[in-house]
Amino acid sequence: MTATPLSAPASRALAVPRVLAHTWFLTGRRLHALVRQPAFVAANLVQPAIWLFLFGSLFRRVVDIPGFGHGSYLGYLVPGVIAMNAMNGSMWAGVAMIEEIDRGTLNRFLTSPVSRVALMTSGVADQAVTTGLQSAAILLLGLLGGAHYPGGVAGCAVVVAAGALLGTVFGGLSNAMGMTLRQREAIIGFNVLFMLPLTFLSSAFMPTALMPHWMRVVTACNPLDWAVRAGRSALAGEPDWGAVLARGGGLLALAVVCVGISVATFRWYQKSV
Amino acid sequence: MTTDPCAVRAHDLGKTYSVRGVKGGVRALDGLDVTVDRGIVFGLLGPNGAGKSTAVKILTTLTRPDRGAAEIEGVDVLRRPDRVRRLIGVVAQRSGSDPRATTRENLVLQARMHGMSGPAARARTTELLDRFDLSEVADRLVRTLSGGTQRRLDVALGLVHRPAVLFLDEPTTGLDPEARTAMWAEIRRLAGRDGLTVVLTTHYLEEADRLAHRLAIVDRGRVVAGGTPDELKGELRGDAVHLDLPAGTVPAEVRAVLEALPAVREVRVAGGGVSARSDNGPAAVPTVLAALERAGMPAAAVTVARPSLDDVFLRYTGRRYTPGDLPGTPGSPGTPPAATSPVPASGAAAGEGPADQSTPSASREAAR
Repeated sequence: MTATPLSAPASRALAVPRVLAHTWFLTGRRLHALVRQPAFVAANLVQPAIWLFLFGSLFRRVVDIPGFGHGSYLGYLVPGVIAMNAMNGSMWAGVAMIEEIDRGTLNRFLTSPVSRVALMTSGVADQAVTTGLQSAAILLLGLLGGAHYPGGVAGCAVVVAAGALLGTVFGGLSNAMGMTLRQREAIIGFNVLFMLPLTFLSSAFMPTALMPHWMRVVTACNPLDWAVRAGRSALAGEPDWGAVLARGGGLLALAVVCVGISVATFRWYQKSV
Repeated sequence: MTTDPCAVRAHDLGKTYSVRGVKGGVRALDGLDVTVDRGIVFGLLGPNGAGKSTAVKILTTLTRPDRGAAEIEGVDVLRRPDRVRRLIGVVAQRSGSDPRATTRENLVLQARMHGMSGPAARARTTELLDRFDLSEVADRLVRTLSGGTQRRLDVALGLVHRPAVLFLDEPTTGLDPEARTAMWAEIRRLAGRDGLTVVLTTHYLEEADRLAHRLAIVDRGRVVAGGTPDELKGELRGDAVHLDLPAGTVPAEVRAVLEALPAVREVRVAGGGVSARSDNGPAAVPTVLAALERAGMPAAAVTVARPSLDDVFLRYTGRRYTPGDLPGTPGSPGTPPAATSPVPASGAAAGEGPADQSTPSASREAAR
């Protein structure tokens, strides 16, 4: 809050390791809770598998459309499903935040010397671990289903990283919404409203070349599409690393902004609590 | 800052919450002043919505006041919240423990957050598990524990870093009588150790009376009276004597008989019976009963009560004490202070009858 100018530099020098240590402890707390719910973990892995094979079978023939320009639809779809899954999983972070508020856990942390940034980054790290595992599972399932990843391990790593960054963007926004609105219904409503449009206004299922013009314009502004394209470029035979870096950098910048917004929301929350 | 600061000092705290649909918002605090000496249990007593919880939220750095100043152990709460957080332990109204972690994990995490090393955190955890009788449930998930056990964990969490001041916000609300008694014993023990200062908010008169060395009675965002429980009660002269009458007896006639007796005064018809005050309640009882016997109107039951905090509250606020327990909205800013002042239909007119049946102090009314 308002530290006196004289003591600020000293406390800032100490603050960096504290943020990291607290992020580590708080992430551990969340992951511990997660592994205690194996059924939940299993469901989280099965859901993207269902999507992959459902959409893979449903749209199998679209590769035949002139101008599609991609050999196997499953291979095309994998980065799309990974991005869709990353967004879907992190959009609900705000509900967990509301639970922590209702229980009083957030207030306990806020009246303890817990790093505010760590409260948010721990959620991001926890979500990144979950999303990363899911993404790896989807990549593996795609491979088993006959998809090829010419981009190799590096390409796969980019797909996983892009998913984690996308998850951070939506997780940060969802947390901020949870703290300001403090209503589960608001988050559910927002997610129901935006999830499918954001998914389909991207090249996850269909190349933009086949879209109407207005859709192409919207898609270019959709961070989900940035993740899909960055991942798909990296998985290609000769990746256009410039394009991967541009979209990945955009995602990273947006992720930092969204975490910043959610940290700033603490002030708003504390004013009204 | 003085060389020997008190544990807590709050001056002229004011806070108004903006609430949708309420013009001008809801004023939770309206110039609250509090000073707490070190090493005592200090009680903030008042009905729900009086502003106690808001005061605690400000003093524990959770929220900021619109006006006023506060310090803990001489440290400015508004300027140095980071330092204050190391000085205070907080047991909030809502639990705050992580239900999906074990008792031990909760304590270790809290210790690490306060900067303890791994071994130190584990050692302190073992110590607290032992002290709060939690060793048996150390490795159970918190959500499987009873309410009373969870509350003990909450207190242990507040003490992990050996704070100078412990805030307990409604620590026994929602506990069964047995767990409440155990919590009271624990709170008494806390103040006796290491000069810990305990700031306790409660809407239970009995709890404040039994635990607090000093009290501040809070109503509508201000402190309306302060002192030791005995001082506060001592300002009211005399015991309350209450007569229950058998069916068919006219209270007004009984009142007439009692008004003729010098042993009692302020005779009033209250709640189907008759109430009076007396400088020495137990001594007045035989006289009163004999007079009624002679008049052919024997009483069904008689109770004598020392002046209670209920009476103190009435004196300073002009209202009967009603805790105003609204399930689901404890201490929420949505509860305007004015909503907690319904005047009971019967007792209020008489004013000084024995404690209302709904208050815990009713159980203390056995004659001495």
